[in-house]
Amino acid sequence: MSGERGARRVTVTKTYKLFLGGGFPRSESGRSLSVVDRRGRVVAQVCRASRKDLREAVEAAARALPDWSRRDAYNRGQILYRMAEMLEARAGEMAELLALTVPGGLRRARRETAAAVDRLVHFAGWADKFPQVLGNANPVPGPYYNFTIPEPSGVTGVVAPAEEPLLALVSLLAPPLCAGCTIVALASPEHPLAASVLGEVCAVSDLPAGAVNLLSGRREELLPHLAGHREVIAIHAAGCSRAERRQLEEGTAGNLKRVRVVDLEAEAWYDEDECHSPWWIEPFVEMKTIWHPSAY
Amino acid sequence: MSRTKSPPEPAAAPGWDYAPAPETAPVEIASRYGHFIAGEFVPAADGAEFATINPATEEELSRVARGGAEDVERAVAAARRALPRWSRLPGRERAKYLFRIARRLQERARELAVLETLDGGKPIRESRDVDVPEAARHFFYHAGWADKLEFAFPGRRPKPVGVCGQIIPWNFPLLMAAWKLAPALACGNTVVLKPAETTPLTALRLAEILQECELPPGVVNIVTGDGETGAALAAHRGVRKIAFTGSTEVGKKLAAAVAGSRRRLTLELGGKSANIVCEDASLDQAVEGVIDAIFFNQGHVCCAGSRLLVQESILEEFLEKLDWRLRSLRVGDPLDKNTDVGAINSRAQLDRIRTYLRIGLEEGGRLHECHDQPLPAKGFWCRPCYFTNVQPADTLAREEVFGPVLAVMSFRTPEEAIARANNTPYGLAAGIWSDKGSRIFALAARLQAGVVWCNTYNRFDASSPFGGYKESGFGREGGRQGLRPYLELER
Amino acid sequence: MGAMHRVPVDQVAVDARAARLGRRSIKRSAKEAALRLAVAMTDLTTLEGQDSPERVRALCRKALRPLEGDPTVPSVAAVCVYPRLVALAREELAGTPVRVASVATAFPSGQTPLRLRLEEVRSAVEDGADEIDMVISRGLFLAGRLDEVHQEIAAVKEACEGAHLKVILETGELGSYENVRLASDLALAAGADFVKTSTGKVQPAATPGVTLVLLESVRDAWRRTGRRVGVKPAGGIRTARQALHYLVLVKETLGDAWLTPELFRFGASSLLNDLVRQLLRLRDGCYTAAHDLSLA
Repeated sequence: MSGERGARRVTVTKTYKLFLGGGFPRSESGRSLSVVDRRGRVVAQVCRASRKDLREAVEAAARALPDWSRRDAYNRGQILYRMAEMLEARAGEMAELLALTVPGGLRRARRETAAAVDRLVHFAGWADKFPQVLGNANPVPGPYYNFTIPEPSGVTGVVAPAEEPLLALVSLLAPPLCAGCTIVALASPEHPLAASVLGEVCAVSDLPAGAVNLLSGRREELLPHLAGHREVIAIHAAGCSRAERRQLEEGTAGNLKRVRVVDLEAEAWYDEDECHSPWWIEPFVEMKTIWHPSAY
Repeated sequence: MSRTKSPPEPAAAPGWDYAPAPETAPVEIASRYGHFIAGEFVPAADGAEFATINPATEEELSRVARGGAEDVERAVAAARRALPRWSRLPGRERAKYLFRIARRLQERARELAVLETLDGGKPIRESRDVDVPEAARHFFYHAGWADKLEFAFPGRRPKPVGVCGQIIPWNFPLLMAAWKLAPALACGNTVVLKPAETTPLTALRLAEILQECELPPGVVNIVTGDGETGAALAAHRGVRKIAFTGSTEVGKKLAAAVAGSRRRLTLELGGKSANIVCEDASLDQAVEGVIDAIFFNQGHVCCAGSRLLVQESILEEFLEKLDWRLRSLRVGDPLDKNTDVGAINSRAQLDRIRTYLRIGLEEGGRLHECHDQPLPAKGFWCRPCYFTNVQPADTLAREEVFGPVLAVMSFRTPEEAIARANNTPYGLAAGIWSDKGSRIFALAARLQAGVVWCNTYNRFDASSPFGGYKESGFGREGGRQGLRPYLELER
Repeated sequence: MGAMHRVPVDQVAVDARAARLGRRSIKRSAKEAALRLAVAMTDLTTLEGQDSPERVRALCRKALRPLEGDPTVPSVAAVCVYPRLVALAREELAGTPVRVASVATAFPSGQTPLRLRLEEVRSAVEDGADEIDMVISRGLFLAGRLDEVHQEIAAVKEACEGAHLKVILETGELGSYENVRLASDLALAAGADFVKTSTGKVQPAATPGVTLVLLESVRDAWRRTGRRVGVKPAGGIRTARQALHYLVLVKETLGDAWLTPELFRFGASSLLNDLVRQLLRLRDGCYTAAHDLSLA
């Protein structure tokens, strides 16, 4: 028999999981973290990624690298733009989630979401242009043709800050992603829900599996392994303490990681003069210079 | 040793050979040199010094101050004092100093070439034709950037970084000084330069040239010494940017020392660069390129093409040609204008190379040497050679020897060549030899290397960025991209 | 013959190698020996419309004793003249080691029917030519009719009977080093005893670069077949300094075995006096005046 007519419908709550290798697994550790709203209520559970999840994510990113890095720039640009489209479509949900835990209310959250969409659009456009700005032909003497082109560095670790958890995350991952790097990102520990929804955006944007991996969890638990992983060639981080910064930069001593740690005030993430720049892409490319003789 | 087959030596050769042709230009070398700080030569604070020798004769050339913490302190202080005026000097005026330096290097080219060869053991042909002219070229090229920096970085206002600590290696002493100093000065920074322990003399001669050019005191300071001196310089908090060229091992230590200090770092480190010869290559020119790639400067070259990958179908013919060519290499007195391969830079480096030769044999490699003519009795010498029967996992295929030792391997398909070439933590340079344009571009795109030489090798120019992927370091030197490490980009 | 294998040649690398060898330093005893060797390798040449019996006599005298009164200066390898003057040269040089060489085959263009060219060769040999310098049909070569070029060379070789055949490729008209290499390989396959760069009537004539290409072609043939073929740069070699550069090219490409007039020649006229001038300077320690040297 069906139940009592007119009973209140129970909503289907979303389970927030990791975004890893194109899928949404739970942490292999079986652990989770409670997300607490501004009034102290538990509003959700997210996975607490482990060292092994991080390892899996890096491997997924490494597997995705040959495909993503060799895609036509036009194609990468279209996919970043698709991410913007998908985020715009979920802007309402995203803003509500942000407003749950981030101080400033829905208005602020809407502004952050809109800025994140715009940032994706901005870097979508850079994909097939930054090589023209960062690279060039070189006027070497002699019968040689010589030019310098940027190539993606490789698997890039992203560390998102507490403030502007969506906008900062997008600002940190979009530049290396548009360059052809693949991403392993640690979501803002304080506000991980935005990353979870961003994973859903990625999943429907035609990104190849593993090109972007998003992990929620404790920074102190994951950061050392990200910094020390030899397959990770670059780090883009923000909101780091002195000790965290040091830890990331010490990773350089392991495999010569390219580390960029950004210090931006919350409001600065909205500053397009600051953030909309090919010089945000440049730390995540390697300059390759090619020589060839020129003769009959 | 063994030798692969080569055609029978023709009988009844008239045997015309080049007579000794030593470079005779006299060069004055003082019996002692101090540090160059704030425009003056000064002895070490604690009076410590060390000898620098000619590696071809083991004779002492001079005694040089050994820099300690106190000397580094004074040099950094001088650089800091000089910074405000130098960085605010209009770019066009900074440019004029650099142009002057370039001109003066050209005027004193012969003397510098001889001095470089005496102190480092490299053939005079190379110091004369490569090191010194390229050093002048670097100052000339970067001079022109000094008043054009805002055009190099669209949308940003470039600002100097501050005091730069620059630590350079012994393989191209003057040229590396130029690579480091020219962009730093063009961008408005001041510098403390630490030359390599075994080759300080040309940098000190460069200091004299800076005096002649009336470069303001303190803009460039030179502290001589060893690894400890370099470590003290890198550790100094007044140094805002560290630029290092040298071994990956030391580079990693520097990276650890700088971590968390908000000081900038660029590293140009070691390599195990692959040189890929495809079956359709112009073989005689490829042989020449392979010789250039590994025996240039006795193989003391970070981008040396030390792993040769030859397509299997031409391996035998290629090695025959390589053998023949090796036999015409002239090894000996670096001052002789006809010498192709000079002296190993130091006893320590020779020992290291010999260790690798021993390991190569122990791991089953087969050694092929150029010839068995006698080498000079004194000095540090190593015959140019190559190893066959080297497997990708062998030490000679993985570690940087930094000597005239080539590891030869083969491949069957371009895909396999790429896989083998990239199977290394290094990523400095690579060579491709093929007659087919589309293949060259496909290989060049897939090689993880900062410089890819196609149908050529070991070409350098101040306008051409140089630097590595992966554990060969980061940052570029030369070209527009080479300015980036010496600037803060403000909006 | 079957299809000729085209050997790739990189011009920039060849020129760089040739230029580098030009910076070898040849001093003192090495210089003196080289100057004498270069004299002995010279094909003293006159190929002008105004050539007269008197001029050929003077040339033969000069060929025998390049420096009057100094018997240590050797005679040259050969005197090279037009067919009409072969008999005269033969008479002048009878009983001497200096050979008589004749250009033939409608020098310098080669543009007469093969029948006439062969007749010219036979006539020159009958008149006493020891060596025949033929030109290839560049038109046929550039049209890709390599078989016909091969057949012509082979026919001339046959017409030479015992005389040595030098095949002039006229490298200045071939368009690329690759074609130079192909033409040389073709000439070697067809039986040439020497490959020669140029007629001297076309610019550029001999250069260190094209000569290096010929030396490499000869080296590969030698390694493959054991047959030794000579090389003769001709045209534009006027100074001792240039000649020494060529000797270095020979020594470092083919080895000392080729440092003999049997396997290397200079086709030149004014070169001889410069070689003599340098020998005089070494002997007397002072520079000569133009009138110190006899005309040739």
